Amino acid sequence: MPERAVKNLRGIGHEAINGIWRLGYASRFFLLTLARSATSFRRFSLTIREIYFAGVLSLIIISVSGLFVGMVLGLQGYETLQKYGSSEAVGTLVALSLTRELGPVVAALLFASRAGSAITAEIGLMKATEQISAMEMMAVDPIARVIGPRFWGGVISMPLLAAIFSAVGVFGGYLITVVVIGVDEGAFWSQMQNAVDFRQDVVNGIIKSAVFGVAVTAIALFEGYDAPPTAEGVSGATTRTVVTSSLAILGLDFVLTAFMFTGV
Amino acid sequence: MNRTILDLWVGIFVAAGIAALLVLALKVGNASTTFNVGETYRVNAEFDNIGGLKVRAPVKSAGVVVGRVDDIHFENQRFVARVVMKIDKRYQFPKDTSVSIFTSGLLGEQYIGLDAGGDSAMLKDGETLKITQSAVVLEKLIGQFLYNKAAEGGTK
Repeated sequence: MPERAVKNLRGIGHEAINGIWRLGYASRFFLLTLARSATSFRRFSLTIREIYFAGVLSLIIISVSGLFVGMVLGLQGYETLQKYGSSEAVGTLVALSLTRELGPVVAALLFASRAGSAITAEIGLMKATEQISAMEMMAVDPIARVIGPRFWGGVISMPLLAAIFSAVGVFGGYLITVVVIGVDEGAFWSQMQNAVDFRQDVVNGIIKSAVFGVAVTAIALFEGYDAPPTAEGVSGATTRTVVTSSLAILGLDFVLTAFMFTGV
Repeated sequence: MNRTILDLWVGIFVAAGIAALLVLALKVGNASTTFNVGETYRVNAEFDNIGGLKVRAPVKSAGVVVGRVDDIHFENQRFVARVVMKIDKRYQFPKDTSVSIFTSGLLGEQYIGLDAGGDSAMLKDGETLKITQSAVVLEKLIGQFLYNKAAEGGTK
């Protein structure tokens, strides 16, 4: 019996040390990516290609989800607010929830599962088929050539996607409450403009999404680069990317919200 | 994928993102009417009670927003609340302007109302307004009403 307990204890210790080791490796990898990102800007066509894969191809899922999230917010908000006779405030509700929270967070979650997993799988497979080793043999730095452009492509795409998500969501809310239900259009927009502050709400949302963009892309790149070069390893890394980056998004969101929206 | 087509799509994407930001700033947010951009001057006022007034609440005159509340703090010397307002430079008010705290609607947010006086000298940056009227606290009002009713009942 004590032998089993010792074995379990040893297992926990191993996991903890392994986790810290991986965290250190990931931080070093992240700093290396930043240090060697000059190539991504000198040869910007590489980055443009990655913006296309990470950003443009996520555009449809982002705008459709934004539209539906906005429409649902409009419906639910109207249902509740009309009980208090203030159904015009639904514009405020939709716009504030989208610009502050739902826009950055849901867009980042979608981005993690749409683009993050693709990045991990691509890099994992490049490693499994020894393309990365081949680059090193040819004296091409894989971090500058492969990792850097993907990182900056993701970081540039994320705030733009979040802004599109929020804007389309507000339009969805407008569509449902004003066009379908018939809330007064003037009150809808004017109450929204009174409540939403550009610096406080819109800019903070964009800052949030930029932070999420850095977190998601860095996690996806690291998981891909660190994946065991087998089919199983790549599939496990892809799953870990989605799980870890979703948790990172939600955790960071709490921290950022606590910093941004207190004392006002 | 051809490089030029790719560039075109990325261009469309970036343009759409910036357009979305502009929509958020101008149509959804208040960047078009904000007072942070224009020139402002500061005016102080002291109140016995500010009720639920918040920083960034609007300052209105004749119902038009002319500025925002910049800072609220407690004056420990005379035990009053000191409210600092930022008012747009385009709007000048006489020195004897009276300032009160109103509530928009029965339970709406509170704002500051300015009523221009008749003085020919205009307010300057950093000056303090003398004539102030505190916020109406609903609980106090109800309490007074009940007290008066009870007093009436007693005299009968």
